[in-house]
Amino acid sequence: MSGTQQTVAIGRGFAGSRPARRAWLGGLHGADYLWAIAFALPYTALFLFFVVYPIGFGLWMGSSPALYTELFSDPRYIATVINTLLYVVIGVNVKMFLAFMLSGFFIRKRWWSKALLVVFILPWATPALPAYMSIHWFLNGQWGMLNSALWEVFGVDGPVYLNEHWTGLAANIGAYIWKTLPFWTVILLAGRMSVPQELYEAASVDGASRLTRFAHVTVPLMANLYLVCTLLDMVFALGDFNSTFFVSGGGPAMSTEVLATLGIRYAFTLAVPELGVATVMSALPLLIPLVIMLMRRLRMSEGQL
Amino acid sequence: MSATTGGSRRLHSKLHYRLQHYGVEAACLTLGFILFVWSLTPIYNMWLIALSEHSAVFSGNLWPQEVSLEAFWVVFTQGFWYLERFWHQFGNSFIVGLSVMFLTLFIGSLASFTVGRMRLRQGWMLTNAALMTYVIPASFLAIPIYRIMNLYGLGNHLSSVILALTSFATPYAIFIFSQYGKSIPMELDESARIDGANPMQIYVWIYLPLMAPALVAVGTYALLLAWNEYLYNFLLLSTPQSMTVAVALAQFLNSDESPWNYMMATAIIYSVPPIVLYYGFRRYMAAGLTMGGVKG
Repeated sequence: MSGTQQTVAIGRGFAGSRPARRAWLGGLHGADYLWAIAFALPYTALFLFFVVYPIGFGLWMGSSPALYTELFSDPRYIATVINTLLYVVIGVNVKMFLAFMLSGFFIRKRWWSKALLVVFILPWATPALPAYMSIHWFLNGQWGMLNSALWEVFGVDGPVYLNEHWTGLAANIGAYIWKTLPFWTVILLAGRMSVPQELYEAASVDGASRLTRFAHVTVPLMANLYLVCTLLDMVFALGDFNSTFFVSGGGPAMSTEVLATLGIRYAFTLAVPELGVATVMSALPLLIPLVIMLMRRLRMSEGQL
Repeated sequence: MSATTGGSRRLHSKLHYRLQHYGVEAACLTLGFILFVWSLTPIYNMWLIALSEHSAVFSGNLWPQEVSLEAFWVVFTQGFWYLERFWHQFGNSFIVGLSVMFLTLFIGSLASFTVGRMRLRQGWMLTNAALMTYVIPASFLAIPIYRIMNLYGLGNHLSSVILALTSFATPYAIFIFSQYGKSIPMELDESARIDGANPMQIYVWIYLPLMAPALVAVGTYALLLAWNEYLYNFLLLSTPQSMTVAVALAQFLNSDESPWNYMMATAIIYSVPPIVLYYGFRRYMAAGLTMGGVKG
């Protein structure tokens, strides 16, 4: 199995995979059926005890309408919803656009591009916790590295980033982009490598300029993958806890919280778990449409990534 | 048209082409440099703080005035009270990581074997269950899972984190295994059946060996997921005896007076195993991510 072979399929779906066939012709019988049930049992148990039961428990905890009237009358909650939307929409789309452009940069072979890719992937390989802690201190207003550098080079005092709402939120989003950009760049790079080279050659022969080739070959072939990645990362970003918790800590004065961190804060700092569950559940109107769109897209492309 | 004008025009366009070429090269090098700085700055910052002496942390230097390994020494010898049980906690992280890895591989491969190879009629329910779990953000289930673990009597026990994280890692495993399994010819199973093998034997002797690349990819994924996870570790493990390195590291944030150089040294030591693992198995990881449509 070579690397290229594996990446080939990402753009095309696996239309070429073999049709469904039964090893056990005519269905499962007797002992075989029992074997099949036994093999399915561990996952079924795991799913029931640690997914279904918690979901049910959560729905029950957050079922009282009074919780939601309490939430909606809380200005901090409204601010959190806006933060979450900004975080998800800006963080994901800016990153995906950058990842798409960078995948075009990395696909051009240069002697140093391979080495750069190794360095470029480091943020993704680093665990979230140390990375975000480092970014937190990097942005420290008094002695953080960024402001020290600004002072050394330009002789200006930088702002105290994490003490203001907008710069704090931007720091969280920036940290999330920093951490996850390499991952999506690699995915889109694999997608680009799967575009058959002949298409570009044929377009060149027909006199297409570089821009035309990009607009009429790369973009249409990558569109579905790009959409799937965007939707999937929106789901991930919606549930992202670490970036907000460790970069700005939700501060100043809980003004940069997102739903994932506010829920935990209500449940464990303020010790009102029901309110925490209600906070998280209020993300469902955003999560469910995303998941439905994602499922549709995945089905269209036959389950890629 | 004389030959000279044609020649000069050709020369001109050649020069133009070359200038354009150099322009593109320069732009690419600049972009490359920006990416280099962008990727490494927070990592450099970690080292800068870790290698500084305690008093020098607050001086705002861009490089350490005096490189000091004191912080690393303190971590290694457990010489600070947040780090008193550091190596024990490091071991806990390994236990959690390896357990999640093996459980994920075991449960995931069994499930995908029933769905993909034995074609259990109700298999679609299993696939849908996995898909549903995959798209539920783990942080959204943290509060009920915390409650439930206490109900199960697993509070402050490593197995609570192991079970919770396995539940979140297995869907990806099932997904990758089912995709990858399509590249293994069904005829192998059929001939084994004819030779009288039972499903267990087919699973052990045919399915698992042929799935090796997918097992490596998913195993690495599960191990990294467990090692890097914070929220569940933090909620479910709170005593120094039971906590993992991630929780121990975040303890430094409890106070404003913490020695940040010790914290960053801990952070670096904590990051080493996943980074080594990641670069060691990068080929497999990348393959796993795009394994979707491998053809046989």
